[in-house]
Amino acid sequence: MIRSRRRVAPPPSGDFTSTNRRLLEVDDLKTHFRTPRGLVRAVDGVSFTLDRGRTLGLVGESGCGKSVLSRSIMGLLPSTADRSGEIRFGGIRLDELGPKALRDYWGTQLSMVFQDPMTSLNPVMKIGRQIAESLEVHTDMDKDQIRETALSLLRSVHIPEAERRLNQYPHELSGGMRQRVVIAIALACGPALLFADEPTTALDVTVQAQILDLLGEQQRERDMAVVLVSHDLGVVAGRTHDIAVMYAGQIVEMAPTRTLFAEVRMPYTEALLQSAPRVENPSHTRLAVIGGRPPDLIDPPKGCRFAARCPYVQPRCREEQPPLIEADTPGHVFRCWYPVGTDKGREALEKNLAAELPQAEAAVTGAAVAVEAS
Amino acid sequence: MAGTGTAHLRDANETLLRVEHLVVDFPAARGAKVSAVADVSFDIAEGETLGLVGESGCGKSTAARAVMQLPAPTAGKVIFEGKDLAALHGEALRRMRPRIQIVFQDPISSLNPRRTVESIVGAPLKIWKLGDEADRRTQIDEALDAVGLDPDVARDKRPHEFSGGQCQRICIARSLVLNPKVLICDEPVSALDVSVQAQILNLLEDLKERYGLTMVFITHDLAVVKNVSDRVAVMYLGKICEIAGPDTLYASPAHPYTAALLSSIPVPDPEAPPRVSTLVSGELPSPLSPPSGCRFRTRCPRAQERCAVEEPQIRPVGEGQYVACHFPLVGGTAPDPETAVAASGPASGGNGAGSESPGETDSPSDAPAGTPELTTPGGP
Repeated sequence: MIRSRRRVAPPPSGDFTSTNRRLLEVDDLKTHFRTPRGLVRAVDGVSFTLDRGRTLGLVGESGCGKSVLSRSIMGLLPSTADRSGEIRFGGIRLDELGPKALRDYWGTQLSMVFQDPMTSLNPVMKIGRQIAESLEVHTDMDKDQIRETALSLLRSVHIPEAERRLNQYPHELSGGMRQRVVIAIALACGPALLFADEPTTALDVTVQAQILDLLGEQQRERDMAVVLVSHDLGVVAGRTHDIAVMYAGQIVEMAPTRTLFAEVRMPYTEALLQSAPRVENPSHTRLAVIGGRPPDLIDPPKGCRFAARCPYVQPRCREEQPPLIEADTPGHVFRCWYPVGTDKGREALEKNLAAELPQAEAAVTGAAVAVEAS
Repeated sequence: MAGTGTAHLRDANETLLRVEHLVVDFPAARGAKVSAVADVSFDIAEGETLGLVGESGCGKSTAARAVMQLPAPTAGKVIFEGKDLAALHGEALRRMRPRIQIVFQDPISSLNPRRTVESIVGAPLKIWKLGDEADRRTQIDEALDAVGLDPDVARDKRPHEFSGGQCQRICIARSLVLNPKVLICDEPVSALDVSVQAQILNLLEDLKERYGLTMVFITHDLAVVKNVSDRVAVMYLGKICEIAGPDTLYASPAHPYTAALLSSIPVPDPEAPPRVSTLVSGELPSPLSPPSGCRFRTRCPRAQERCAVEEPQIRPVGEGQYVACHFPLVGGTAPDPETAVAASGPASGGNGAGSESPGETDSPSDAPAGTPELTTPGGP
């Protein structure tokens, strides 16, 4: 039972007042995993900031480090991980806190919604208990207050017949309902920052729309900051203020959402956008293809990490890693020597097409690319 | 939605595969049964790709598997090359199996981790004792080459040495090695990253041309189905709602459910106007006690009293477009807003013959209440 370790946490110190909008600052965060094969650089020098009430979309292919990044900020890493860099949350250095101290932040200030609602709920515990758990640990409410709060939480995530649900088990609910319960639990103590790690990937498209609407609504009501992790640019397009595109452990492009879609600079972002089938296109449209696969994070290439797959690649890209370069629009940064939509980029692409570089042809015509195992 | 009827079927000699009144029942607890597929008919012309779309639990995978007789349907006919597969048994059915092959959703779990690629792709040839060692080798190499894997590199490796996309290529090679006529793709790209997904979709298009394949493509992703299909059937709770060419279907959906599905697709464009939520609320009702009349009515914004009473029949509403709806969005009469009732609303005169069965939930949000999600064997 929870009761035995029940304690009321002191309110975490830190500046969570709404006058200071800056909530999260991540500076040169690196998370490396020690494995028998060597050091895996899952997150390799990521910096960004997030204000309260804002949503940051974190996009990339599987294995790009987007989930590890959110777990690194939460402090939910296995013991094989080495983390360095600074994480300031409401002015507090989260990276300097141990797991004990972090417990006061988990649930109350930092919360997380995971991809699979079935595995993130306890199958043998009633819904009501699972919601009550964090309220018991973090607040000094009495039993009745907790029940009332749990009820109003279930109602706020639009679960019908909330009262009956309190006494049900997760298996009695559908996938969408379970994800609503997970969101209710994550919101129970009114966190200032919510990580939603692929919250809708396991759900149907109609339910996905409902859950994303719910997250947006809760965010506005609570003035909460949200990091929405997804592999689908479509999901984050209409739901975020800013987007960070990750590739091989690094942020390769970051911009306000509208700017990112209107003025793509990073070839990888462009490739992601073009390879997704779109309903506006007639059927049997040939899809643009990104050839190859992401680099090995144990021994990343010394130049640009996308170079081997990039249609714009030039000799310089293979030698020298581009830093995050500022674009014309404030807040827009990208890592590329020959950015999309610039004369330099156009020349590079033309040169590659003339030289019949396979990945350039694949990107333009969707031609088949060699895919041998590495 | 409801979709009984065969108005959408074409002339028998124009089609390669024809499925009529397919029903697949599964036993449920306490002697109940679940009709995962309830009277579905469709046909596929040679060289055509039929897309089957719908939410999970709508019966799309079950329908496709029933075509392969895995398991055989409870009722209905599956006519392929003039024979009813559902009536075949034993050796006669086994002889038909190489003609219809399937590619599954999760490429990694559909490959034996302990066997080499050569042995995996060559297994069908071995089972059918086709050719000698050298012939087999040539065929394996050809199949691997066709799916974009270098036979010399891939042959002696095992599945764990490949990425998800490459494993899916191996699965496709294995299904092609027997030269099937029909390829059933059950969510072949759902487990893959978007960049890999594009490669596999392009590959399937190439192979379709090269081998003259006829395909059934099952997916919940409407953008994917639009890309690959020549005809799309939208399923809901074991029935077909609408069937049409992809461009027609996406430009002017006739069934409210199709419209709802389309408006749920996230658009990768922040400038896209915010969608009006004419969206379906709630979730799929339990297939144990499906709503009376039209099965979609509990979530349908256009539902009328008639929808609870009478099951709509599939009928043509446009060029090659068929819909099972009393009040379709095109080619039909709009419901009178005066009498429009929410699905749960009180009956107001008219032909109100139907009283709902007591076991039924009638408000949309109630629909999934307390009913464990149905898992059909082998469903996604």
